[in-house]
Amino acid sequence: MGEKIHILVALVENKPGVMQRISGMFSRRGFNIDSLSVGTTEDPHHSRMTITVRGDNRVLEQVVKQMNKLIPVIKVRDLSEKTSVSRELCLIKVSTSKQDSRAEIAQYVDIFRGNIIDVSLDSMIVEITGDTDKINAFIKLMQPYGIKEVSRTGITAMHRGHKSVKDQKK
Amino acid sequence: MNGAEALIRGMEKEGVEHIFGILGGAIMDVYDVLFDNSTIKHLTCRHEQVAVFAASGYARASGRIGTCMATSGPGACNLVTGLTDAYMDSVPVVAVTGQVPTTAIGGDAFQEADVVGITMPITKYNYLLERPEDVPLTVKGAYYLAGTGRPGPVLIDFPKDIQQASIKNYKTPKTVHFGGYNPVLDPHPRQIALAVKALMNAERPLILSGGGVIISNASTELLKLAELLGIHITTTSLGKGAVPEDHPLALGMVGMHGKRWSNNAVQEADVLFAIGTRFSDRITGNPKYFAPKAKIIHADIDPSEIGKNVEVDIPIVGDAKRVLSAMLQVAKKASKKEMSRREKRTEWGKRIEKWKREFARDINYDAVPIKPQLIVREVQKIIDADPKNTIIATEVGRNQLWCMHYMNIRNPRNWLTSGGLGTMGAGFPMAIGAQVARPEARVLNMAGDGSFQMTMQDLATCMTYGIPVVNIIFNDSSLGNVRMWQALFYDKRYSETDLKNNPDFEKLADAYGAWAKRVERPGEVGEAIHEALKSGKPAIVDIAVDKDETVYPMVPPGGVLHEMLDE
Repeated sequence: MGEKIHILVALVENKPGVMQRISGMFSRRGFNIDSLSVGTTEDPHHSRMTITVRGDNRVLEQVVKQMNKLIPVIKVRDLSEKTSVSRELCLIKVSTSKQDSRAEIAQYVDIFRGNIIDVSLDSMIVEITGDTDKINAFIKLMQPYGIKEVSRTGITAMHRGHKSVKDQKK
Repeated sequence: MNGAEALIRGMEKEGVEHIFGILGGAIMDVYDVLFDNSTIKHLTCRHEQVAVFAASGYARASGRIGTCMATSGPGACNLVTGLTDAYMDSVPVVAVTGQVPTTAIGGDAFQEADVVGITMPITKYNYLLERPEDVPLTVKGAYYLAGTGRPGPVLIDFPKDIQQASIKNYKTPKTVHFGGYNPVLDPHPRQIALAVKALMNAERPLILSGGGVIISNASTELLKLAELLGIHITTTSLGKGAVPEDHPLALGMVGMHGKRWSNNAVQEADVLFAIGTRFSDRITGNPKYFAPKAKIIHADIDPSEIGKNVEVDIPIVGDAKRVLSAMLQVAKKASKKEMSRREKRTEWGKRIEKWKREFARDINYDAVPIKPQLIVREVQKIIDADPKNTIIATEVGRNQLWCMHYMNIRNPRNWLTSGGLGTMGAGFPMAIGAQVARPEARVLNMAGDGSFQMTMQDLATCMTYGIPVVNIIFNDSSLGNVRMWQALFYDKRYSETDLKNNPDFEKLADAYGAWAKRVERPGEVGEAIHEALKSGKPAIVDIAVDKDETVYPMVPPGGVLHEMLDE
C-alpha cells in the first residue's frame, strides 16, 4: 500500500472548462496533483492531459474512476514507468556573475544535452529536457551559481511501442 | 425560431409536462414562449429552492425527469442546495437558468454569477450555451445525461442573447452521443456467477438494498431473488420501499438510525450482498468495523462507488435491474444439491427472528406530551389503508428519523427523503412535486417545526395549483435532532436549539387559506390527520410532541453498528 507517484494520461474533449472540471474534482476529493500538463492532439476535438498524482493503489483506483466519471473525459490510462516514456521541459535562469561560471555552466549544459537559449551580461537561460530525476539533478548543479528563476512544464508521457491511449478501453 | 423557443420545443420532445420555477430578467424570453404556446405546464413557486426540490420530488415519486427553471444570479444561486441534494441522492433533474448576455459575461453585470462554475461540482454535467444552434442538441443531451446511467442533475445556463437569437434550419436531433459517457448496464456474467455462488454457499447471507434498486425499478427482481434464496433484506434510508417493509424477509433500515436486528445481521453476516448503495457513513458507522465477518458483494452502476468507502470482494458494475435479473437466472438453474444448502440457513433465520423479538420496542402511546412514535403509528394506518397511493415525504431531523425507523413503506417511490445531503426544508417541496407527478396519490410531509419554516412560504403555491399536501409537524419548538445530540454528546449544553416565537401554524395556514389543526392530546392525532386529508386542501397538522424523546436506538457518530446507544 505504499505511496507512489503515478503518471496518468487522459484524453479529454477540447472544450472550455474541462481543466476546471478535472482540477476541481481533484481538489474536492483531496487527491494530490504533483503536476499537470495539457495540450492539443492530432485530433482537434481532443486535448491530452498528463497528470502526476501521489497516492497508494487504492487512491489511484479512485482517481482513475472519478476521472472517468466526468462526462468530457474520454479515456484515462495509468502509465507505468516500465512501458512508457516521460519527459519534462525546464527553463532555468541562472546567474553568471561569478568568475568562470559561464564556461562551467556551458559544460554542464553539454553533459545534460541542454541548450543555452538566452545570454545576458550576468545571467543565462538554460533549456533542459528529460525525466524528472535528470531535471532535479541539473537544478541541483546550478544552485551554487544562483538560480534566479525556474519554470517546469510538468511531465508529459506516452506508451512505448505501437500501443496508444486511444486503443484502450475507457 | 429563437433560442428560447428551441429550448421549449426540445423539452416538449423530451416529454416534459411540468416545470417548477420563478422567472426573472434574464429568463424572460423563455417565459414568453411558455405564455401562450406550449403543452408544458409551468408552476410558479415562491422560492427557487422550492422549485428545484419540487422537481426532485417529482422525479423521485414518478421516475420521470424533473425540470426547474430560474433566472440568472440570485435565482440560479438559490438552486444550489437542491442541485447538491439531487446529486447526492442520484435524482434526475434538469435545471435551466437565465444568464446575462454573452457580451456581458465576465464583466460582473447585474445579476451575473458564474453559475456553470458554481454548479460544476454539484451536477452530473452542466452547459453554458454560447451559440443558438447548439440549443437543440444541448436540451437532448441534458435530458439524456440526467436520466441515464446513474441519474443526476444537469444544468443549462442560457444567456439572454442566445435565447433571443434566431436559429436557422431548426431540427430536433434524434440522438446524442458523448465519447466519454458509456454507462455499463449489463453486468459481467463471471461476476454474476461468483456472486450467486457466494450467496448460495453462505450460512449467514444478507442483502443490503439501496436507492439504486428503486431508481432502476428492480423491486420485483430483488424480492424474487431474496425469496428464492431465502435471504433477508435490509435497506438504506433511500432504499426504503424497495421491498415491502412488512414482508417476512424485510428487516427495515440499517445504520445509525436503523433497527438493531438489521445492524446485528450486518455485523454477523458471512456474505453481504449490497446493491445500489454507496456505503454512506450513516449506513456503515466506522467502516473499519463494518460487516467484519462478511465477504462483500457490491453491485452498482457507478464504478467509482465500488471500493470507495468499503473494500469489496466481488465487485459488479451494472444496472440493478439487470444485475438482479441475471442473478435470478443463474440461481434458478442451480441444482437441487446447491439449493439444499438453503436449509442450513434456518439457524440464521431463527437468530434474526430472535433479535427481532428481543429488540421490539415498547412505546407508551398514551403519554402526554405526545410521543412522536404515535404520529408514525397513525400515519402507518393511512399508508396501510392504501399503500400504493400514499406517498410519504420527510423533512430532516428527528421527524425523519422516527419515520425511517418505525414506518413500513410498502412500495417503491412512495418514500421521499433527503438522504445524502440531509436538507431541512426539502420535504415540503418534494411533496409538492410528488403530488403534481401523481395527482391521484395522497401525499403527507412529515415535518419538524424547524424544517417546515424553511420552505413554508410555498403554501401559496399549493393554494394556487390545488396541491393538497398534508404537512404533519412534529412540533417540539426546537431544532430537535441537534438538541438531542447536545443532550447526548455535549453535556446538555443547549446552544441555540430552542426555537422561540414559532408562529401559530393554525393562523399561518388560515392566512394562506389552507386547512390546519393544532393537536396536543394523543387521542386526537389520528382524527386530525384524517380530517386534514378529507379537507382536500393543503393542510397542516401541528402536533405538540415530547421534546425530550430520544431517537433510540442509535449508533453514535463514528461508532460500530452493533454497539447502539439505548435507554
